[in-house]
Amino acid sequence: MVTKLEKIAGPKHRFLLNMGPQHPSTHGVLRIVLEMDGEYAMAIDPVLGYGHRMHEKMAEGRPYNGFYPNTGRMDYLGAILFSHGYVGLLERMSGAEVPERAEFIRVITAELNRISSHLVGIGAYVLDLGAFTPILYAFDDREMILDMLEAITGSRLTYCYFRVGGVTKDIDDTFIRRARAFIDRMRSRLPMYKDLVTDNLIFLKRTKGIGIIDRDMAARYGITGPVLRGSGISYDVRKSEPYSVYDRFDFDIPVGENGDSFDRYVVRMEEIAQSLRIIEQALDALPDGPVMVKPKKKLKLAAGGCNYTVEAARGSLSYYLVGDGSDTPYRLKIRVPSYSNLSPLPELCKGMLLSDLVTAMGSLDLVIPEIDR
Amino acid sequence: MDTMQLSFYDVLRMVIAFVLIVSLVFINAIIMGYMERKMAAKIQRRWGPMEVGFQGWLQLILDGVKIIAKQLIVPKDADRTLFRMAPLLAFTPVVLPFLVLPFSKSLFGRDINLGLIFIIAVSSINVLSIFVAGWASNNKYSMFGSIRSVSQNIAYEIPILLSLLSVVLVTHTYSMQGIVAAQGSIWFCLVQPVACIIYLISATAETNRAPFDLPEAESELTAGYHTEYSGFGFSLFVIAEYANMFTVCAVATVLFFGGWHGPFSGEYLGALWFLLKVFLLMLIMVWVRWTYPRVRFDQLMNLAWKYLIPFSLVNLLLTALIVKCI
Repeated sequence: MVTKLEKIAGPKHRFLLNMGPQHPSTHGVLRIVLEMDGEYAMAIDPVLGYGHRMHEKMAEGRPYNGFYPNTGRMDYLGAILFSHGYVGLLERMSGAEVPERAEFIRVITAELNRISSHLVGIGAYVLDLGAFTPILYAFDDREMILDMLEAITGSRLTYCYFRVGGVTKDIDDTFIRRARAFIDRMRSRLPMYKDLVTDNLIFLKRTKGIGIIDRDMAARYGITGPVLRGSGISYDVRKSEPYSVYDRFDFDIPVGENGDSFDRYVVRMEEIAQSLRIIEQALDALPDGPVMVKPKKKLKLAAGGCNYTVEAARGSLSYYLVGDGSDTPYRLKIRVPSYSNLSPLPELCKGMLLSDLVTAMGSLDLVIPEIDR
Repeated sequence: MDTMQLSFYDVLRMVIAFVLIVSLVFINAIIMGYMERKMAAKIQRRWGPMEVGFQGWLQLILDGVKIIAKQLIVPKDADRTLFRMAPLLAFTPVVLPFLVLPFSKSLFGRDINLGLIFIIAVSSINVLSIFVAGWASNNKYSMFGSIRSVSQNIAYEIPILLSLLSVVLVTHTYSMQGIVAAQGSIWFCLVQPVACIIYLISATAETNRAPFDLPEAESELTAGYHTEYSGFGFSLFVIAEYANMFTVCAVATVLFFGGWHGPFSGEYLGALWFLLKVFLLMLIMVWVRWTYPRVRFDQLMNLAWKYLIPFSLVNLLLTALIVKCI
């Protein structure tokens, strides 16, 4: 594959460095062609498509509810959040009723999934900086979430739990007890992460002032999620256009000041604390009742387009579906957060040291299969 | 120096010493490999090796057997001769310093009167092997790793030398036994605390250990200079790294922590104290590795040129003045 950079031969002392698709810090199958001047990356060209599985096309060939499993396979770290968007879209189009208890369970599981996703993101980010230990602590905490979700959804990673009209299985007392135990444990662990990572001198030196995304740049590239909030823009779909029952909970949107790699890390850490608050409130206010309204045999939607946006772990996720009156969509367009979060990389990292490039890229917390789809 | 009048006894002693030292280097790699994995596991709240033998203590021996059985793959367009030579070149210089290490009062290969200089001179050849490995691999990441390694080692050689010199000014001898003997009453880490700290920091950088493991920073350079090495070539680099760690910790023990001095250290029992101190220092290096993130390259260079070298120079000057006055 010939990239743009390979065609344009730069000055002679520069050379091309192919980073990925198998590289320890591109996490997945991102390939970046770098034009290096010594250790400085002068031009960055991300090459995508190594994990392309044509999910959008797959949606056109199968009934609406046949696409449930696919949603979890785009962002394997935030599977519940992704299926939340798709199920919400179908419900908005079909006008299906959802029991209140089911909505609460959705919020609880979605926030748990967000925490587990952030834990991996943070752990992998610190691993990119060369500290091996924090990722294992993060995985230790994440294990509790996976166990909890496994007990009610049946899977540990690519959950397929939400359905039009509710969720497949009710949560029981064991789950509630474990969730409360997890909240206590996670709250006691957050200061430890602060001591181990956030206050670490080397960590501060490596991340402060590296990869600054200012407000203007964030707006130009359509950046969303923790990366946007790290730049000081307080935008969160859960607040700005609340879906599900998010408007009933009291939580803050953490924002950063400088928009550097450190702020993005801190925003993620604080979002974990906010998610814990949401889960706690949802568990307290959990109503009784059914978790599923018996659906119609076959889901058939009217012709026309509809959009539904949720806040996934990495930013705002939009499903746009155009139906043609049959039982399959005419076209499904998915707007994933990682794609827009990746796009500033060439501008952001121009002239950076290779080590800083890894830092900046890690702080964007990209999930490549989500971009490739 | 009466080097020309080596008796048969001296030659025999050196041959035996050399055989023992090479075995020590391999055993050290096995012990440290095991300790590092176990300690990392404890720090990271996992089990580590558990399957082979009690607490998995045979794991590293099995790993050694496995790694010997592996094919040494030479990458396409690599410089075959240099590529094969580099691991051997890495291994040789790290064995030689063991010859002059004083394990106890009578347990040492040879006590030459320039022992310290010999160790420093021989162990800097190690840089060359890393550079050869990176150059011959025909891989840009290896090249990066080796270039980083060379500049890092050159930068950190200076504070190491300066901090060791300030001890030599106190002892008036380069002989390792002489330095140990001078510490009968007080360890030099109390006499020269600044030199001790500077030496320990620089030694971590000199052995390419985290947080200064930039030549093999795997999140940036996959594996740095030994990216292309497999099988025994790779394991020679690892053994050399552990042997190098042993050497710098042994030098630290000799110069700052009293060498073989300790309660009940007789003619040979001192070796126990010596090894205990060395392994404690090595475990501290392991502990640091699994706790801290990696520094950036320019920060590493700044640390050497802007802080360690000036501080060690001032320390050397002060030592010289004090020694002169007394």
